[in-house]
Amino acid sequence: MRIIPCLDVKGGRVVKGVNFVNLVDAGDPVEQARLYDRAGADELCFLDITASSDNRDTLYDVVQRTAEACFMPLTVGGGVRKIEDIRRLLLSGADKVSINTAAVKDPDFVKQAAQKFGDQCIVVSIDAKETAPGRFEIFTHGGREPTGIDAVGFAKRMAENGAGELLVTSMDRDGTRAGYNLALTRAIADAVTVPVIASGGVGTLDHLVEGIRDGHATAVLAASIFHFGTYTIAEAKAHMAGAGLPMRLLH
Amino acid sequence: MAVVVVDYGAGNLKSAAKALMEAAKGTGVEVAVTADPAAVARADRIVLPGVGAFADCKAGLEAHAGLIEALNEAVLAKQRPFLGICVGMQLMATLGIEYGEHKGLDWIEGKVVRLTPNDPTLKIPQIGWNNLSPSTHPVLRGLPQDADAYFVHSYHFVAARDADVLSRIDYGGPVVAAVGRDNLIGVQFHPEKSQAVGLRLLADFLKWQPS
Repeated sequence: MRIIPCLDVKGGRVVKGVNFVNLVDAGDPVEQARLYDRAGADELCFLDITASSDNRDTLYDVVQRTAEACFMPLTVGGGVRKIEDIRRLLLSGADKVSINTAAVKDPDFVKQAAQKFGDQCIVVSIDAKETAPGRFEIFTHGGREPTGIDAVGFAKRMAENGAGELLVTSMDRDGTRAGYNLALTRAIADAVTVPVIASGGVGTLDHLVEGIRDGHATAVLAASIFHFGTYTIAEAKAHMAGAGLPMRLLH
Repeated sequence: MAVVVVDYGAGNLKSAAKALMEAAKGTGVEVAVTADPAAVARADRIVLPGVGAFADCKAGLEAHAGLIEALNEAVLAKQRPFLGICVGMQLMATLGIEYGEHKGLDWIEGKVVRLTPNDPTLKIPQIGWNNLSPSTHPVLRGLPQDADAYFVHSYHFVAARDADVLSRIDYGGPVVAAVGRDNLIGVQFHPEKSQAVGLRLLADFLKWQPS
């Protein structure tokens, strides 16, 4: 089972970052990536939240410098709209690229991307809200725009189209620290054969355990609990291992 | 010493080259990325990375005239140390059964088939870290006990001879993690993404003197 810290990057700088001391440049995503690499994170995720697409070169540079410094799997998402965007991220050193709005707008885009680069590097990121008990709807634009699309049906379709992994974020939990929406995570994880990464709402280490044990995810993504130093990766792993989950512990 | 990472248009070869450079730091080993058959044929060591589908990767090798012949010359005739990574490892097999049947390089007798874990809750592809069974092979024996390595795959190597299997993992049953014989070794996982464990393996591959 994997723990994946996620860094929000804007204009090549970390927006919500780790408050570690002894950092030469705390806003540098590469410095932060190094820390997580050393701390034993299983993978790393960069989410580019730069609003305009004209600043993409900064992102490619960050990805390239990270890939040179860290020998761990790196997923990059945010603003991926074209096949060319994926190619450039992979060439810069990303191992996986996550696709969000573009997949909702054109599900065939995922098919094309998977055929071109292989299922293993295509992650589809699904942002959903529970609009009625047990009913999950896809939202875009950071949770503001409803789409009327059923999240579980969409997830199945994405897996059929070649998504190698699904990153499932409960938008109504994101930032609440109330825990993952386990009904959403489980509904999707049980409907597809590809791995599901749970995201959105982590506040405690028990939430990470629940994401896997009850949400049936095989990986958990978290941002603030690590960035703000509430917990370390090692504490999270020890806690999850203590709950009986198979974790990779550092030697 | 010159190590070549064979560039046949397969995904992550840059990561593999970067990790080899990191592992080679201070040793004077030169790492080059090339598809030039002449460079492959005269290399001291060869690394074949690969991601994606078996047939695509094989077609990628075939698209470079003389590349497979150069690999055979370096690896079989000159007995240069060879490391295959992920699909690069799978290509060492006789056959790959993924979107049809495709011939591999046939260096290690065996077939590459879809993962069929006996636990239906296990996901395919396997994405994540898994525990390597211990090995006495010179490239693997320096790894810590219970070393974890990073895997991303839906297909796996089924070797015809048990003696060619160097290490296994458990993924709803035993799955081959490393194969090898003589001067050949192939790993299903990604050493270039396996942090300290991966860098150690690559460093030990660079030192390896097959007898």
